[in-house]
Amino acid sequence: MSRIKACFDGLRTRKRQALIPYITAGDPHPSVTVPLMHAMVKAGANMLELGVPFSDPMADGPVVQAACERALKHHVSLRHVLEMVREFRSRDDHTPVVLMGYLNPIEAMGYTEFARAAHAAGVDGVLTVDMPPEEAHEVVPIFRAAQLDPIFLLAPTSSDERIAKICALASGFIYYVSLKGVTGAGSLDVAAVTTKLKQIRALTDLPVGVGFGIRDAASAAQVAAVADAVVVGSALVRKLGEFAGQPHKIEQEVVLILSQMRAAMDV
Amino acid sequence: MPKMINTGTTVDMKVSMAENLPDANGHFGPYGGRFVAETLMGPLEELRLAYEHFRNDAGFMAEFDKDLAQFVGRPSPLYHAERWSQKLGGAQIYLKREDLNHTGAHKINNTIGQGLLARHMGKRRVIAETGAGQHGVATATVAARMGMECVVYMGAEDIKRQAINVYRMKLLGATVVPVESGSKTLKDALNEAMRDWVTHVDSTFYIIGTVAGSHPYPAMVRDFQAIIGREARAQILEQAGRLPDALVACVGGGSNAIGLFYPFLKDASVAMYGVEAAGDGIETGRHAATLCAGRPGVLHGNRTYLIEDADGQIIETQSISAGLDYPGVGPEHAWLKDVKRATYVPITDTEALDAFHALTRTEGIIPALESSHALAYATKLAPTLDKDKIIIVNLSGRGDKDIHTVAAREGITV
Repeated sequence: MSRIKACFDGLRTRKRQALIPYITAGDPHPSVTVPLMHAMVKAGANMLELGVPFSDPMADGPVVQAACERALKHHVSLRHVLEMVREFRSRDDHTPVVLMGYLNPIEAMGYTEFARAAHAAGVDGVLTVDMPPEEAHEVVPIFRAAQLDPIFLLAPTSSDERIAKICALASGFIYYVSLKGVTGAGSLDVAAVTTKLKQIRALTDLPVGVGFGIRDAASAAQVAAVADAVVVGSALVRKLGEFAGQPHKIEQEVVLILSQMRAAMDV
Repeated sequence: MPKMINTGTTVDMKVSMAENLPDANGHFGPYGGRFVAETLMGPLEELRLAYEHFRNDAGFMAEFDKDLAQFVGRPSPLYHAERWSQKLGGAQIYLKREDLNHTGAHKINNTIGQGLLARHMGKRRVIAETGAGQHGVATATVAARMGMECVVYMGAEDIKRQAINVYRMKLLGATVVPVESGSKTLKDALNEAMRDWVTHVDSTFYIIGTVAGSHPYPAMVRDFQAIIGREARAQILEQAGRLPDALVACVGGGSNAIGLFYPFLKDASVAMYGVEAAGDGIETGRHAATLCAGRPGVLHGNRTYLIEDADGQIIETQSISAGLDYPGVGPEHAWLKDVKRATYVPITDTEALDAFHALTRTEGIIPALESSHALAYATKLAPTLDKDKIIIVNLSGRGDKDIHTVAAREGITV
């Protein structure tokens, strides 16, 4: 069984929701990433989303773009990111790791080579934000063959027809983007999310995570009441940017946010 | 359809299908498509359906044609540059005078089309990205005329290089937003415009300035620009009584080139040359010659050739011409290169500048630095052909905007 499925099955029996933090690998320095991954798990994260830096992160807001730029200053490539996952796995064999990023670095490495290397490093799922199902027919079988769950996005603009099509292609979980916009923008409309999640759940049995617009314990708890997973990105990445010059403080800042979210979600 | 003249060459099967591309999902062979986040798939589909509807709507097309005639000033002349041809000592060079369009470049053909579409779709706000500023000006112009709100994203570097166009956009009532991320040029402006669009999709129409981006943009922009080639084809048949032997156009994203090439795709005897910006020279790494020196990848919503490093990160490009300073290229050009229907060649900054001066002095026409790349290649090509051969060069824009760049390069303060 994949680590992602095991993770959600376990949470379901305990009637808990997954807390999934996102950080960009190599931000603000490559040495920060792996220790921070372990610290986030200790603070209550059930799964980790690791961003692969890209020069042109079109679907992200200024916060994640800046994170990519900080990581790329240190030439953090997809191969480095896989190295980090391998290092993380040497001490943690159960927390699922999902890579999130854009298609081009994977295409540059080669899909088959990437899939093989990602599986060997201990990656569990891959979310390529700029690969909608229409363009995924060649890539998804390659990921599946390497036991990587292809994670797809759903948006407020997704129709029933698209939701069904995407869920048929996805495994692991479905990532619902809670607002029209880029990462780090806007705020959450919980009522709208609740309505959309009903629509999605009518069409799939896959766990549904919600991301975009979750910035504190209160919004995390609100989302946890309706979703299977809460994804928090920009709120953490903002701290990584703020403390880029004092990397020793990053862990404590990130852990603080996650513990508060965890506590609010588990009430 | 005028009858084909000079049928000596067989048209390759793939090429003969060229006019029917892209396919239903926006693919030109392996290129093009829709590589965007799910949030944009709905809006792109809405746009595709609207465009499919209105391109077949006689009323809409009549409105478009009327604007092209009465607002843009079409048809643009096809001008036989006799003195320059004589000097070069080979083929006869004809210039398609897109520089004479309202706002001074071919960009307006497309912004009129997309502006009309925006109005018919009920969108009250238009956004655009711009490199040299020509597309920004063309968008601001259309927005002013249609009474729409207009926001133009422009790289902070380009804003410095193109101060006059920035002011022109402001005069027209547009808000120009400097983009400080990444390399601060066209590619970053495009990222920023996409972010605006995804955030304001309900009210906003994104007017993309070139044949790049996701389906349906490459096909839609091509269709709006194809007026260039349709006119040129009819004009050369009238003036010379036959089809040209070669077409030459500069390629950044590639909209003026595809506009000229597309109506000639089936004319197998017509060679096509897309001219890319080689900056300081391809061997220096400081260039923007995507098809000459890049490789296929995915950027800005489509698969195409890119200038990237081994890790798939996009590399900063360099060219004296802001309008060609782009690390991608329209997907249809990528496909035309692969099936060998068009040939893509590099021209350096220095070569382009030489051609800029040559045309200015010989014909009394000051060309844009973008178009000067095409002229520079014609300078190389013409002497290799007999005097009875014909080359059409797309003079895609006028050079007024570049006067300061040229002067600075030559150490002159204007």
